[in-house]
Amino acid sequence: MTPLHCYLLLSALLFAIGLAGALTRRNAIIVLIGIELMLNAANLNFIAFWRYGPNPQALTGVMFVIFSIGVAAAEAAVGLALIISIYRHCRTTNLDEVDSMKG
Amino acid sequence: MSWPFAIIAVLTLTSAVAAMSLRNLVHCALALTVTFAGLAAFYLQLDAQFVGFAQILVYIGAVAILIVFAILLTQRGEPPRPSIYSATWVVGVSIAVAVFGVLGGLVLSSQAVTREVRPPPDISVREIGEQLMTRFILPLEVIGLLLTAALIGAVIIAMHERRPK
Amino acid sequence: MDWIVQWLWLIPVLPLVAAALGAVVKQRQRRLAAFLAISSMALALTLSCVAFVNALQHSGQGSVVRQTVDFFWFQFGDTQMSDTALRLGWVLDPLAAVMLVMVSLVGLLIFIYSLGYMAHDENFARFFCFLSLFASAMLGLVIANSLLLLFICWEIVGLTSYLLIGFWYHKPSAAAAAKKAFITTRLGDLALLLGIVWLYSQTGTLLFYDGGHGCLEQSALAKLVAQTTGLGMGVSTGIGLLIFCGAIGKSGQVPLHVWLPDAMEGPTPVSALIHAATMVAAGVFLVARVYPLMAAHPVGGAAVPGALQVVTWVGVITAVFAASIAVAQTDIKRILAYSTVSQLGFMMLGLGTGGVAVGMFHLITHAFFKALLFLGAGSVIHGCRDEQDIRRMGGLRKLMPLTFATYAVGMLALSGFPLIFSGFWSKDEILHAAHGWSTPAPFYLGCCGALLTAFYMTRQVCYVFLGESKAGVSPAAEARAAHAPQISLSVGALPPDGGQAGCLPHSPHESPPVMIIPLFVLAAFSMLLSFIGTPAWPWFQGFLSGGSTTGGLGKLLDPQVLGLMVLSSVVVFSGLGLGWWLYGRPSMRNADQPDALERFQPDIFALLKRKYYVDEIYEGSVIRFNTWGARVCDWLDFWVWNGVVQLLSLLVVGCAWLNRSFDEYVVNPGFDEGCRRLTKGGALMSRFQSGRVQTYLRIVGVALTVLVLFLIWGCTAS
Repeated sequence: MTPLHCYLLLSALLFAIGLAGALTRRNAIIVLIGIELMLNAANLNFIAFWRYGPNPQALTGVMFVIFSIGVAAAEAAVGLALIISIYRHCRTTNLDEVDSMKG
Repeated sequence: MSWPFAIIAVLTLTSAVAAMSLRNLVHCALALTVTFAGLAAFYLQLDAQFVGFAQILVYIGAVAILIVFAILLTQRGEPPRPSIYSATWVVGVSIAVAVFGVLGGLVLSSQAVTREVRPPPDISVREIGEQLMTRFILPLEVIGLLLTAALIGAVIIAMHERRPK
Repeated sequence: MDWIVQWLWLIPVLPLVAAALGAVVKQRQRRLAAFLAISSMALALTLSCVAFVNALQHSGQGSVVRQTVDFFWFQFGDTQMSDTALRLGWVLDPLAAVMLVMVSLVGLLIFIYSLGYMAHDENFARFFCFLSLFASAMLGLVIANSLLLLFICWEIVGLTSYLLIGFWYHKPSAAAAAKKAFITTRLGDLALLLGIVWLYSQTGTLLFYDGGHGCLEQSALAKLVAQTTGLGMGVSTGIGLLIFCGAIGKSGQVPLHVWLPDAMEGPTPVSALIHAATMVAAGVFLVARVYPLMAAHPVGGAAVPGALQVVTWVGVITAVFAASIAVAQTDIKRILAYSTVSQLGFMMLGLGTGGVAVGMFHLITHAFFKALLFLGAGSVIHGCRDEQDIRRMGGLRKLMPLTFATYAVGMLALSGFPLIFSGFWSKDEILHAAHGWSTPAPFYLGCCGALLTAFYMTRQVCYVFLGESKAGVSPAAEARAAHAPQISLSVGALPPDGGQAGCLPHSPHESPPVMIIPLFVLAAFSMLLSFIGTPAWPWFQGFLSGGSTTGGLGKLLDPQVLGLMVLSSVVVFSGLGLGWWLYGRPSMRNADQPDALERFQPDIFALLKRKYYVDEIYEGSVIRFNTWGARVCDWLDFWVWNGVVQLLSLLVVGCAWLNRSFDEYVVNPGFDEGCRRLTKGGALMSRFQSGRVQTYLRIVGVALTVLVLFLIWGCTAS
């Protein structure tokens, strides 16, 4: 069990927790929180691989994670704006009630 | 596996579980913040100091705050519902368990992961800056554009609708 | 090659062009139609005379000189083999030359006569168109060097005969007569066609004279004579007999003579031209043309070839048969028709016993005096307001003197009055040849025929011209008189008389000059032609056979010749005398009295009057069989062929009905059902869309897991 194994298992666990929350909670914001958790788990994965990878001097992992953090921030902003807009429209953040696309 | 790693890991995982399962939304947001902090500690441990600080700045300083704002903006003082989980929560949990099982199995059975331990790299912010400006200049510009677009988009989406006069 | 021989084709083509133009001429453009016909005929006559002169120049050299021109019609089979090429052509030899002159001269005279005769008819232009077509075909027939070209012209001549007999087609009797003529001659033509085909298959050519390769020339004849058919007769005899059958049909020999008397339904110029002078002579001409074939016999065989024997016997039987019928007829044209049949029998007798020259001489002389007789009869009919029964005529000698004079010349020529009339010399030649034949019976029968000829002609002349006028005496005539004012008005444009003002409605009058002049010309020829065929100067015979024409009055005094002349004179005078005694004496003739012969022998008279019941026999046998056959075919057509077609159509309709029901009750509902199922299925499927984001997320999660597992499994498997 190398350190890399540990970090990878940890990130997988975090990912699973985030996924569980995103799939089971009713509130839209909690779903978004779960998504953020998943993203962070992926970032951890990247850094772990960078640290224990073949060529840490190339800074590839770090770069990727920097950009990932930037994108995550943008995505969180837009996502929350959407949730606010939906809240204004449907007067609820309960995802079970937002099903106007039902076939 | 050292003690600091284990402690931070337990902390992070606990707060993650808490973030997903607490009833009060603000408690969830705060637990999320703790999770972010734990992750930042991990980055520091992994000799990615810049990323760690960036994590604190961006995630804890901006995203978590944003989430709290959103929670506050979308609350109506509703009485707590009997269930915060959707009716079919078992399916979701089992899917998550399945995903974890797959990933874990992949990790444990992979041969690429077994590698010798390397000395920690010594990188400076200067090098990061140089890389940003030379090799990753295009992603840099693009992400600037992306952030601008996200900013404008979020503003527009969340704007009060104009009443027709 | 003399230019006239090269341009010989113009002779038949000119009237053909006139016929073609006449067909598009309007019915009221009478002058134009007549002008076309007569001018083309006059031109043809001129060219014929030139050709005759040319043939004259080439004659007298010991053998017959024949100038031919061939052309290539079409090719069938391999081009390498020249004998599958079909070639036609024309020939100018003495036989063709005399026929050309005769046909064009008689034709022209009759055309001129028709100007007056058909002046009242409204289908004037059509008449001249058909006449020109006939003239063209007849002239073509005469100069044809190929049996096929001859057959083509033969058929066209038959066609025009049909058209002209049935000229007044709205009369049912005329239409029936035309049909009868056509069908009867058709039977003969069928045999002729078989003969042509057989000849072609044996010799490989249908050209008569082709520089040694023709079918009438020595090499072909030798080949034909050498072979025998299954019946034991020679091939040449067989072919000759088949060709003779065609002549039997066309020339009205027994048993196919029945159409000729009925053909008198046509206008009189038609009867004169076609059924007296030219078309019926075509059969005789055909036999004369293929005479080398008929006369060919193997060395050491019978003295007289089989074909010629048949020709002789058929001819002589016809001569006597028809003459006996003519004795009892009462229609002026029927008497002449039977007379024609009888004379054609004489011509065949002459051909069979004496050869080409004998038969052809009688043909030429007969053409002139028979045409004269017919035109005279037409003049009589015209003058008597379309009365044709001789018992209703009489006394025309005083009322129509010119007609009487020319008619008398014709009658004497036909009877064979000695010395100055051509009929005497031509008939004498025939009897002379028959006398020298192997059996004596044809000679005696020929003498009987001559006796009967003189007898019935005298009877006719006595009835028509002598005695008192019986016009307007019979009840029928009285009825006509009651309608006279209308008749005279409708007949309106009376031809200008030669002075005899026919103002009384039912008084016969003389014909106009346009009708009289041809009569005189024909009468003159009837007498003049006698001088070219006498034993004293056998110019005609010499011309036709190519030899020299030596003669001299001394030949006349040859005991055999003189004896025959005396015998035939006796026969003629006895016939004339008998006729005069029975019919010419004034005391014997009365209007409604039965005929003298009828009183004498009523049964025989009735038999003769009914034409030996030949028509009735045919009606009962052949016609009835034909009708039965037609009925069978009609039944077959209606029930069998029609039934099959109906069945097929029912089948098709059934298929269509099946198709439709299938479409309506199977395909449509099936299709509708299918569409409905599809819609329900779609509705079912759309329930998967819950509209909830988490559901979609879950599915993404599941999909991710599954895909990764597949990847791993795939990687580890390979």
